[in-house]
Amino acid sequence: MAPSAYVWLLLAAAYFLIPLYATLDFSLKENKAGAPCCTAHNYGWVIHNGDFWHTIKISFLLALETIVISLILFVPTIYWVHLKLPRLRPVIAFLALIPFIVPPIVMVVGLLRTFKGTPHWFYAEPWGFLAGAYVILAFPYMFFSLDAGFRSIDVHTLTEASQSLGAKWTTTLFRVILPNIRSAALAASFLTLAIVLGEFTIANLAAFHTFPIFLQYVNESQGFPAGALTLLSFVITWAAMLSLLLVGRKRGARSALITGAR
Amino acid sequence: MTFLQLENLHRAFGPVKALNGINIGLGEGEFLSLLGPSGCGKTTALRLVAGFDRPDQGRIVVDGKDITNVAPNKRDMGMVFQAYSLFPNMNARQNVEFGLRIRGKHKGEGRGRVDDLLELVGLSHAVDRYPHQLSGGMQQRVALARGLAIEPRVLLLDEPLSALDAKVRVQLREEIRRIQLELGITTLYVTHDQEEALAISDHVAVMYGGVIEQMGTPAEMYTAPATAFVAEFIGTMNRLDSTVVDGGTGEVEHSGLRLVVDAAKGRRNGERVLVLIRPESLELEAATNGAAPNSFNGEVLTQTFLGPVTRVKVTGSGTNLIADMSTARAAALPVGARVSAKIPSEGAKLISLPDDGPGLPVLDPDEQ
Repeated sequence: MAPSAYVWLLLAAAYFLIPLYATLDFSLKENKAGAPCCTAHNYGWVIHNGDFWHTIKISFLLALETIVISLILFVPTIYWVHLKLPRLRPVIAFLALIPFIVPPIVMVVGLLRTFKGTPHWFYAEPWGFLAGAYVILAFPYMFFSLDAGFRSIDVHTLTEASQSLGAKWTTTLFRVILPNIRSAALAASFLTLAIVLGEFTIANLAAFHTFPIFLQYVNESQGFPAGALTLLSFVITWAAMLSLLLVGRKRGARSALITGAR
Repeated sequence: MTFLQLENLHRAFGPVKALNGINIGLGEGEFLSLLGPSGCGKTTALRLVAGFDRPDQGRIVVDGKDITNVAPNKRDMGMVFQAYSLFPNMNARQNVEFGLRIRGKHKGEGRGRVDDLLELVGLSHAVDRYPHQLSGGMQQRVALARGLAIEPRVLLLDEPLSALDAKVRVQLREEIRRIQLELGITTLYVTHDQEEALAISDHVAVMYGGVIEQMGTPAEMYTAPATAFVAEFIGTMNRLDSTVVDGGTGEVEHSGLRLVVDAAKGRRNGERVLVLIRPESLELEAATNGAAPNSFNGEVLTQTFLGPVTRVKVTGSGTNLIADMSTARAAALPVGARVSAKIPSEGAKLISLPDDGPGLPVLDPDEQ
């Protein structure tokens, strides 16, 4: 590697690492004059805070629910579009862009009006209303990831080969198609997890108490613990993604390898 | 007795008639090739038999049962595709086993059958390899074994060799034929390669424009083409658009060249005919003074070396003829040499042409 490449690498690393270091440094300080340089007090505060565990649990469960609903909805749909209705693909790709185009404030007002009058268990619970909104929010990430996965395999031939051997649609989807788009489904799941764990606007406007809301509250009220909370949330998110990756890899290492080799 | 029957199959895609009433009857254990240029309807016909598409009209009967509206997964048809179709997430054994697993027969006898088939296609050493670890030829062998594993009633092959290089193609087509004969399985094979079709089939059906132009044994197709298109498509053929001058003696005339052709005897004087002569039927020799009977004098335009045989193109009086001769003899007739091509009166075939209108359908040169 040329020496100039190292310079660019260092610059890029600095761009990402300096804010993290600054946050770490901030999180190790104490709100007292003359306090020692480093203390883990802020981390202790976060870990012993009930709201932290409560909100992070809600956000994680919401992320999982969103991922499951999205995969159930979008995998068969995109499969069918690739197989039988390829002309609809550009239309769906355009629809998938709408959550990017429509501002979250407009979306949440629209959703609140649309879902007004729905049963209490849906409208007043994060598992209903918020999950519904997050599925819409995750649509572009799900669609473009899965679409790339489906385009990397010969959907028609694999489906017809499977059918000619006697497989039903469901068998073909679960035994032939899904294992070969596993890496795309994993990528879509990562993105969805990241979005749900960081989504603030909809949860705030719809008055649900999720992790980003808690983070914002701490940030406004207590400076040093906010730094610790930010770093912890960073670590937790990465750990969640890593575990998702490991679970996916363990079951689909071979197919991922093969898809890569095509 | 007919085992696979296609009766009056029609299929249109918008204004394009892909199939326009084809009829095929194939006995049990026979091997039929559907041969024709791109867009002739051969793959459409195969897909109808496989059940991936439905005919607009007509029916498909296998062993006396109408399967026209049966779902593809219930037809018991083994299929090998043109594109590599192995499941990338499964190794060779799992691919072959897939159909048996669907039927719950993958243990015991089924496992033995998978091993036997992998051995039959010469891949018992590669059972644990994944598709990306196999060459194109090996992948198609596994696909063949996979199609055979379910003991299909009919084996369907959709240009399975077209993605392979020439040497592997010849090797694999012979293996396909060997296996087909060994298992006695009724086979429908789609190809645009006439050499391939002639080499391995019991019967060949030449298709053009959604209809079957001619169906017969490979020898019949080569020696007695029934239509101008078949004559053009199967092998290389010299075509002389001619007029019968004397039906009594069999004399015809083409651009001032008068020939006696046995097949023209009994034809009406003035009838337009196409005289067909295979390149190997022509005898070339250095031109002498004076014209020999039934000969065409011209000049060697090109020579194409084909190994033991050399293809010589002769031109003269606005007519081009192609002759195949031994390479040793062709050396004596270099480009530019004056030659005489003797046309055997008994070797030429004749096809009637409409009195007005074109002589032959024009084929895309790439498809010939």
